[in-house]
This record gives sequence, C-alpha cells and structure tokens, in this order.
Amino acid sequence: MATPAAPAHSARAGGAWEVAAAVPDPELPMLTLADLGVLAEVEEDEGTVTAWLTPTYSGCPAVAEMAADVDARLRAAGYPSVHVRLRLDPPWSTDLISETGRRKLAEAGIAPPQPGSVGSGAVRQGVLRLGPTRHVVHCPQCGSTDTEELSRFGSTACKALWRCRSCREPFDRIKEI
Amino acid sequence: MTHATTDPTSDDDHVYLTLSEASPGPEGEARWAYGTGFADPLLGVDTALPDGVDGADLGAYCLMLGDDALILAQRLIEWCTRAPELEEEVALANLGLDLLGQARQLLTRAGQVDGSGRSEDEFAYWREEHDFRNVRLVETPNGDFAHCIARLLLFSTARHALYELLGGHPDQVLAAVAARGVKELAYHREYATAWTLRLGDGTEHSARRMQAALEALWPLLDELFTAHPVELRLGVDPAQLREPFLRALGEVIAEAGLTVPEAAPLAYVGGRAGRDGVHTEALGPLLAELQVVARAHPGANW
Repeated sequence: MATPAAPAHSARAGGAWEVAAAVPDPELPMLTLADLGVLAEVEEDEGTVTAWLTPTYSGCPAVAEMAADVDARLRAAGYPSVHVRLRLDPPWSTDLISETGRRKLAEAGIAPPQPGSVGSGAVRQGVLRLGPTRHVVHCPQCGSTDTEELSRFGSTACKALWRCRSCREPFDRIKEI
Repeated sequence: MTHATTDPTSDDDHVYLTLSEASPGPEGEARWAYGTGFADPLLGVDTALPDGVDGADLGAYCLMLGDDALILAQRLIEWCTRAPELEEEVALANLGLDLLGQARQLLTRAGQVDGSGRSEDEFAYWREEHDFRNVRLVETPNGDFAHCIARLLLFSTARHALYELLGGHPDQVLAAVAARGVKELAYHREYATAWTLRLGDGTEHSARRMQAALEALWPLLDELFTAHPVELRLGVDPAQLREPFLRALGEVIAEAGLTVPEAAPLAYVGGRAGRDGVHTEALGPLLAELQVVARAHPGANW
C-alpha cells in the first residue's frame, strides 16, 4: 500500500482543525493527535464540524477517549454541532507521526520509530526473513546506539521494550507499523 | 444528550459523549474510559453494502473471522499470570488485544449487514456455542507454551495471508479491517516464528515439545483452508492460500530443525465443523468464562 498522504483539511476549517489538532493523545500525552497522525481530516460545513480519526491499532483502547476529547474541545471552542467519525482506510502507520512528534517522543525518553521503515521486520511482503531484525536505535537518554530489544511488545500496543547497554537504562520504543 | 443533530444515523449517541459531558472543559482532568469502551468500533464509517455482495453471506463471513479472533484472544489472555516470563505475558496480551480489536470490528460489521442489527456485545455474550463460527484450531485448550507458539504460528501465518487477500475485497469495511490487521498479524507471525526457531533449535527437550505441539495441532489446520460455501459466494477461496502457506511454514519448520507433521485432518462431524457451529468440547467452558459476567448482569454498563 502506498504511503498515505499527509492529513488533509480544507483551508476554511483552519480554526476547527487547530482546535482538534491540539488534543493530546491519552497514552502519549506529550504528543497531540495531529503529531501522532491520528487526526485524519477536519471539515467545517455551515457551523457543523466533522472530525475523522484513524485509530492506531485495531484494539487500541484509547479511541473512545480520543473521540471524546476531540468532541469536548471543539464544543468548548464554540462549535455547537460536532461529529467525530472513524476513518479506517488508509490504515494508520508510524510514518504518519510528524517530525515534531518524533522530536517530542525522543525528548520524553521514548525512542521514535524510523520513518519509511514500515514492514522491515521479519515479514515483508510475504517474504520471510529468519534472521534477527536489526534496527539502529539511539538510546533516548544518552544517545548511544549500543541498545538491544528486550521485548517486541511493551506497555501499549504501539511500543516495544528496549535497553541501553551503555547507560543501562530501559526505554520504550514506538515500533514501526 | 442536549445537542441537536440531524444526522439520521444518530451514531453520536455514544457512551463516550456522556463521558465528555461529565468532564467539562478542554482542561478537564484526564480520565480513563476503562470498561466503558463499548463505543461503536466502526463509528461513522460508511456502512453501505456494495453492489453484488449478499448481506447475509457477508455477515456470516464476518462472524467466522470475528469469532476466530475473539476466541483466540480469549485463549491468549488465559496466559496472563501463567507465561514463563513477564515479557512473554505482555506480548501474548498484546497479541490478544489486536485480535480483540479485529473481532470487535468484524462482529459489528456482521450486525450491520446481516439485517439483525445486533451489536458486538450481543454476538459475543448472547450466542450459544453452536452459533459460534470459529475454526476448531482457536478453541482447543492452551496446553504448554510450545502449543501456544505452534497455534500462533499456524494461525498468524494463515490469517496474515488471508488478510492480504481480503485487502482487495469489494466490501470496504472488511477490506479496511484486513488492511489494518495484516500489519498486526505480521508482528504476530514474527513473534511465533522467533519462538519456534528458539524452541526448535534450543535443547533436545524444547525441540521435542515444539515438535509435539506441531503434531498435536496439525490436524486442525485443514479447516482454515477448506472453503465454506459462504466464502465462495463472496469470491474468497482460502484453498488457494494452502500451498504458499505450506511453503512458508515449511521454511520455518526446517530452519528450526523440526519436521513437518503428516497427521491427517481432524474429521468433520456429518460434514460439518467449526464454520457450521460444530465444535470440540473445549468451546463450552471457554464461552462460560467469557459470558458469565454479561449474563449475570444483563444490560449492565460499567
């Protein structure tokens, strides 16, 4: 599947977009929904605002929370009629996390995903690579690249658990999807 | 609800909006919606049925795939507090969460298109055993960790291939669920593959148990690649996935130093199996645990 285009929104919806875009992610509150690439589109039509969200993982338990926050913020900003919708196609990808989002993640001690490396794991386009997956991952604490994966699955669906062998700190890493 | 809406679908009347009203202002205290996550997992998604697709068939197929995911998710969460290491416990719970998310979307889609209007909860909590359409592979008891890995390897390799196929299905919702799911299943497959190699290429003891697990589950594999009439009417033939599946799996098994089992498929009962609601004796107790709270408190919200 082609890399999804950047989030689209019409110019006239600038105000509503700005409001929805500023909503923090419930699980990664240092990021906004726009930083995360979850906010797909905001449309304003004769006073009615419709915001589309693209959930990260199928089982992401934060979707209802995100939708509630977007709804509440838009209403508080003076939009009387708000609809929040899910958009499943194209699916969310870590490539949708913005540059700003990657920087904020690193500042918060979470290693950001590598852009453009989706599908670089053992399984890519039906071809199975049996060797260990190699990512050069910088420790978000000390910057060392002498890091190792402890577990592909971490505290939330989108994170893996890593450890730095230089400074000995464990850290979370957003895994590419 | 006080806000006016002219939207005929009225799908904004959701529990999360009640939550948002209970916490006024954008700077309201962050709160978690645990246990209230029954908001429509297809909220606002275009629900139209494409031309040429029969709603009853599509509903039945979404139940098949959704039940596979739901029942395997339930088996995976049984590993909580029982896995060999904390990291594996977290991993298995993560895999289960992905599958549960897929199940919620598929069951919701089933209720939209089969004409019944049933919700995901009605499907999950209020159907009887013979109404579940999952393959028997996902319902058999967990067994040891090697069994867990063997089942994940078989299921995730097969489902990954099927989701790739379904990404092009005319039903946009099914296609979107599959397109999302294929990326998740790639991680599941990778996890199961890594553990198969580690156990198969580990000690004599671990290799023996991994081989035994593959032998035990092999007879249940056939059902995944036997086309059901419903699937064929929807233009999906899982039989075409069998050979590529066996090639990919054979590669992993060989690399792990194990042997591809030759066990014959588990017999159908009067020509019927999981897809027709004929299950093993393991499903009943699983459903009892899955459904007991919802049935003890009908209509409750928490």
